[in-house]
Amino acid sequence: MTDIGAYHTTTTPHEAGFGDYVQLLKPRVMSLVVFTALVGLLVAPVSLHPVEAFAAILFIALGAGASGALNMWWDADIDAVMTRTARRPVPAGKIQAGEALALGLALSGISVVMLALATNLVAAALLAFTIFFYAVVYSMWLKRSTPQNIVIGGAAGAFPPMIGWVSATGSVSVEAALMFALIFMWTPPHFWALALFMKGDYHTAKVPMLTVTHGRKATRVHILVYTLLLVPVAIGAALTSIGGPLTLAVTVALNLWFVIGAFRIWRRDEVVAEADRYAVEKAVFRFSLFYLFLHFAAYLAEGALKSIGFGGW
Amino acid sequence: MAFRPEHELHKRRFSRNLGLGLTLAAFVALVFALTVVKVKRGDPMQGYDNMIQPEAAQPELDE
Repeated sequence: MTDIGAYHTTTTPHEAGFGDYVQLLKPRVMSLVVFTALVGLLVAPVSLHPVEAFAAILFIALGAGASGALNMWWDADIDAVMTRTARRPVPAGKIQAGEALALGLALSGISVVMLALATNLVAAALLAFTIFFYAVVYSMWLKRSTPQNIVIGGAAGAFPPMIGWVSATGSVSVEAALMFALIFMWTPPHFWALALFMKGDYHTAKVPMLTVTHGRKATRVHILVYTLLLVPVAIGAALTSIGGPLTLAVTVALNLWFVIGAFRIWRRDEVVAEADRYAVEKAVFRFSLFYLFLHFAAYLAEGALKSIGFGGW
Repeated sequence: MAFRPEHELHKRRFSRNLGLGLTLAAFVALVFALTVVKVKRGDPMQGYDNMIQPEAAQPELDE
């Protein structure tokens, strides 16, 4: 005989609350997606109705959240052994892997269909491709098979401003491509700086990070090279219609700062870095977050100035 | 007075149900607002089928 009362109170020790499902969508990554997509949408030459714009940003963010849930489903084994990720809902036992998969797939479908209805098919197709790229190309394929995982996987994080732009205009242009390229080129030095001082984690999880496969000296060289390659992309973006004198000044200052930081990382060796507990690497990593934020804030400010008759080229 | 003291897990389930309920309500409100915006603009719509619409006429072929 089944005791219905007992059935209703049987639960896992950590039955998930609503907040655990929100954590599954990687809200911190989502905030960056919301910001960059919003800038892409607002600096576009075509303006959307505020309700359409709100819906577009919401569904782009939801698509990013969906790919985050799919990533957590697939990477639960890696997440469990890395201190940085061990408390995520799946490895912590709060949410079952199957639930993460179901939520990821459901939200992927909802976000793509709703973005198509709210804006246009091109934006929805780009969002679908982004989710596919992050969940399948990056998480399932590249992350565990090549030290270039960060380089190619970074494309997934670079799409949101392009999708924001396409949501408004319906097509890709050089400005959207350069905003994409900015994040794409920024991702490797940003993550490799992190990998230099979080060295134990990736090694334990056997993720082929550049620091593990090619050594730390090679990683320092890569950070410098990618930072140098990032400069023309950032300057190029500042010279297009989304830029202007203010953006160019901010871009030059930020890139000068980033190159100096990358140069300092390149000059150091492990003995020096260990001695000051990776102070320079940590500083460059923190600065790289501001670097990206301030670039997009500059595009937004330039757009605002243009609307009142200043700024722009 | 409640018949049985509320178990801690009921609070968690309530938070989940409340969160899902509010999310669905917000989704419905957003779809409604989007519908209103799209219908009010109505650029892509063709109406008044009982009236002559020159822009909808097929071009005549030259003999």
